[in-house]
Amino acid sequence: MITRAALQGPSWDLLADLQLLLQFHFMQNALTVGTIVAVLGGAIGYFIVLRGQSFAAHMLSQVGFPGAASAVLLGLSPVVGLLVACVAAALGIGGLGAGVGAGGRRESALIGSILAFSLGLGLLFIRLFSGSAQAIYAFLFGTILGITDRDVVIALIAAVVCLGGLAIVCRPLLFASIDADVAAARGVPVRLLSIVFLVLVAVAVAEAVQVVGTLLIFALLVAPAAAAQRLTARPYLGLALGVLLSLVFTWAGLAVAYFSNYPVGFFITTFAFATYLVIHVAVGAGAARERATGASRRDVA
Amino acid sequence: MAAEAPPHGAADALRLDHAGIELGSRFIWRDVDLRIVPGAFAAILGPNGAGKSTMLKALLGVLPLSEGTISVFGRLVRRGNDAVGYLPQRRTFDADLRVRAVDLVRLGLDGARWGLPVGRRSAEARRVDEVLEMVGAHAYARRPIGELSGGEQQRILIAQALVSGARMLVLDEPLDSLDLNNQQSISALVRRICQEGGVTVLLVAHDINPILPYVDQVVYIAQGRVVSGTPDEVIRSETLSRLYGTPVEVLRTTDGRVIVVGQNEPVSYHGHDH
Repeated sequence: MITRAALQGPSWDLLADLQLLLQFHFMQNALTVGTIVAVLGGAIGYFIVLRGQSFAAHMLSQVGFPGAASAVLLGLSPVVGLLVACVAAALGIGGLGAGVGAGGRRESALIGSILAFSLGLGLLFIRLFSGSAQAIYAFLFGTILGITDRDVVIALIAAVVCLGGLAIVCRPLLFASIDADVAAARGVPVRLLSIVFLVLVAVAVAEAVQVVGTLLIFALLVAPAAAAQRLTARPYLGLALGVLLSLVFTWAGLAVAYFSNYPVGFFITTFAFATYLVIHVAVGAGAARERATGASRRDVA
Repeated sequence: MAAEAPPHGAADALRLDHAGIELGSRFIWRDVDLRIVPGAFAAILGPNGAGKSTMLKALLGVLPLSEGTISVFGRLVRRGNDAVGYLPQRRTFDADLRVRAVDLVRLGLDGARWGLPVGRRSAEARRVDEVLEMVGAHAYARRPIGELSGGEQQRILIAQALVSGARMLVLDEPLDSLDLNNQQSISALVRRICQEGGVTVLLVAHDINPILPYVDQVVYIAQGRVVSGTPDEVIRSETLSRLYGTPVEVLRTTDGRVIVVGQNEPVSYHGHDH
């Protein structure tokens, strides 16, 4: 179905290109869900990077794979399976006491075990799906071009709930993420917040899996936020910048894939990685220069 | 400022009555009666594992007492008390932590509040500026906290602890990871906050020497018991020998430093060179 669009090719007339992009219902749905997921992933991702919980996000995305697969086997929407499996896993590791001190050693071991188990389950489902390699492929690398109208509604509801929750907890969460001991003394429920946050991550992961699949999840959850934090140390600006980068990667990835006939996930991850790399190198060089001049200034003073 | 009276006339800044804490079926300390008057600079000393940090957690309301009572400015302790500012024991912030120092200070003011920070916030911003000025951290407050030196981070954390209008500053080994220069300047800063702001200071120390000239009261914790008094009353051979239940000798060097020497086991927490 993309081939026909690709034949028409992009022009320098952006309006015409946009009309081309939006002429199919599947592309409208893809852009809508892509936008929802980019906003959610960028915002939640800011705190994932700040708390050093990338590994937890990765585990949740892997848990989503057997979750989505079992939902399909039961005749349910894969989105429902993703949401249920991810939230259950988040409550599980939160309840077992992990994720309290962000990025702790015990958490790593527990998450690693769950990760292996869910991949094992995934292997089982690959066998059960023997008739349809396409379905497996979709879970691993995203189903953005096959989003149904119902998936769009579910994604929108989940994102609104999730962003609303994040807006309520954002300040205490920021406090607890940076300085858990002081936050606890100031009356912030640090442990409860860490569990609430994992559930929010679970919802964001379940949404993002639809766009980039379980294997490419970091492109939307970690890379934009990490790049944003390299660019600014202002918390709310960093959060907004992460959302913006995430949106740009998703839109650009969808557009380029549409006209090129190569996979969406490849382009989104490539844009995300390239941007992160450029910013990392540029900011690193700038900081080194600043440190050098700052040090000499201090020597003079 | 120092004359600002506490709400209940002569209420103590900190008061423990028959207080005890049991952790894992063992009393860390018990039967502790302790008073610290408002505006005092008190040092909490004792060997590792004696329960110094435990006492701080108790007065912050983070760790409940197993027996007795503990009150701050005449009220039983509770978490989230604006009157108490806290600096936990730590090494340093992660160098990768990309949050500005000023944002960290701001969290001391409104970090426990739910919801997005909306509406007019200029009063809060002014208050943050004020404390940054007070601790002399204005020059580097806009840089990421992870890039600051240990001494700079300590000043930022003191600003954070004070920003909500704390009348008591609780510091857990704030000098431990600092070089000699920074130990002296941070000690002097804390003394200034105590004297000029009338803020009661409770400082857990590994080595009393950097703060010895400023300390009004010493709280010495060892063997599950606590003695308290002026530095001269507490840091002497008879008092500490009685507390430890074993002969302990207090030596004074010609430059005024104090060294505590145990006979059976080395009492290693004073007078080590930096």
